[in-house]
Amino acid sequence: MIHFFEILNKKYIVDVNSGIVHEVDDLVYDIIKEDAYKNRDNLSKIYKNYDKKIVDESIDELKSLEEKELLYTKEKHIVPKIKPTLKSMCLNIAHDCNFLCEYCFASKGNFGGKKELMSYETGKKAFDYLVQNSKGRKNLEVDFFGGEPLMNFQVVKDLVEYGRKIEKKHNKNFRFTITTNGMLLNEDNIDYINKNFHNVVLSLDGRKSVNDNMRKDRANKGTYDKIVPKFKNLVDKRGDKDYFIRGTFTRENLDFTQDVKNIKNLGFDIISMEPVVTEEKNFFSIKKEHVETVKKEYEKLCQYYIDKKNEGDGFNFFHFEIDLDGGPCIYKKISGCGAGNEYVAVTPSGDIYPCHQFVGEEKFIIGNVETGITEKEIPNSMYKSNITTKDKCRDCWAKYFCGGGCHANAYNFNRSFKIPYEVGCEFEKKRIECAIRIKSEE
Amino acid sequence: MKHIKQLNNKNIMKNIANKGCGECQTSCQSACKTSCTVGNQKCENN
Repeated sequence: MIHFFEILNKKYIVDVNSGIVHEVDDLVYDIIKEDAYKNRDNLSKIYKNYDKKIVDESIDELKSLEEKELLYTKEKHIVPKIKPTLKSMCLNIAHDCNFLCEYCFASKGNFGGKKELMSYETGKKAFDYLVQNSKGRKNLEVDFFGGEPLMNFQVVKDLVEYGRKIEKKHNKNFRFTITTNGMLLNEDNIDYINKNFHNVVLSLDGRKSVNDNMRKDRANKGTYDKIVPKFKNLVDKRGDKDYFIRGTFTRENLDFTQDVKNIKNLGFDIISMEPVVTEEKNFFSIKKEHVETVKKEYEKLCQYYIDKKNEGDGFNFFHFEIDLDGGPCIYKKISGCGAGNEYVAVTPSGDIYPCHQFVGEEKFIIGNVETGITEKEIPNSMYKSNITTKDKCRDCWAKYFCGGGCHANAYNFNRSFKIPYEVGCEFEKKRIECAIRIKSEE
Repeated sequence: MKHIKQLNNKNIMKNIANKGCGECQTSCQSACKTSCTVGNQKCENN
């Protein structure tokens, strides 16, 4: 299987089954587009526009690549090798929030339930469960999530300390991350986070008007002016450690390149900007009719990324950072997101869900920190829904870059883990094309 | 080659015998939390 595309005045062929990407000239692109390589009867169309000698030369180049298994490579049957072993946990440390974001999938922080903070005891049990059920894995990830995790920061600190204590005993390495809206950041917790957290995800949507349209405090006031200085302080003091400014774009700002520019101009250079995923009835939802606009916008963002890089002032955009030569192995590529198996979410009351996106939907409770995971059917069903078993993924050129998409999105839109969320697929494919375009500048 | 420039050399299906250690970051546990992209994950084994 191959995929050919053009973007920002350059043309490419992706050999799907080898992962090899070729930048090609107009002639080779036309040969492939007109199906004149595999079907030589179609060459007559090509000969009308190009010199025969050069066409034949191009055909020879394509032939040479095919012989080396760099083009039209046949699909190989890969048996999943990575055992579904738990290694990663989203700890919903606070089902409460000091913001009232319009698009919040967590129903303004409480996930549709009561406001609740996780106790130290529950958190400890979650850590113990993770350590005991991660046989064969050294690196364990815990993301302190909410709601707003800074609303329960003493427990966060106590749990980090507990994790450091037990990791040596069990030969594990905890990597802590925290996702925060920033409102409660101060000098003390900034220093603590920068010292102890492997990564920190800071939520900011971009331009003040855009951010404040969605991200409001409990008094329904915009939050941009309050949080930006705090984020700048944290990042300035963070040194070389990882962080992300993580924004969400909605139907209200389909020109989200302007928001990435705003974030970049504030001095941040590690950025993620995600499309909102929500019910279509919401005024800010992104629907099929917006797909082409968003795809064009990704191209604008891609051009901006290239321009900044060429100016010597580049930045990192999460979805454009694809390492074509050093990325994940094929087994990772076919195992997907790992929800319910490698990754679970734990609520303040100790319930275990397959991932944070399902929290609040009781039928997706798969266990709790006392009993462990007792409901195996949902995790098994997720494990079996991967790019080798999902019809739409199997035939998709982007499958080895994407990994099959989000189980929660698939379920919420199609009531099946086996049918991916189509709008998300279109965005993902476009982002991969942009990432390839960026790679070819190197 | 005059007409084709190969951008990368890693054939994802080759030299995979020692791969699949499972130590890499969970895809969703990074910056997205709403989508899944494995292509931009790092390999802990490289």
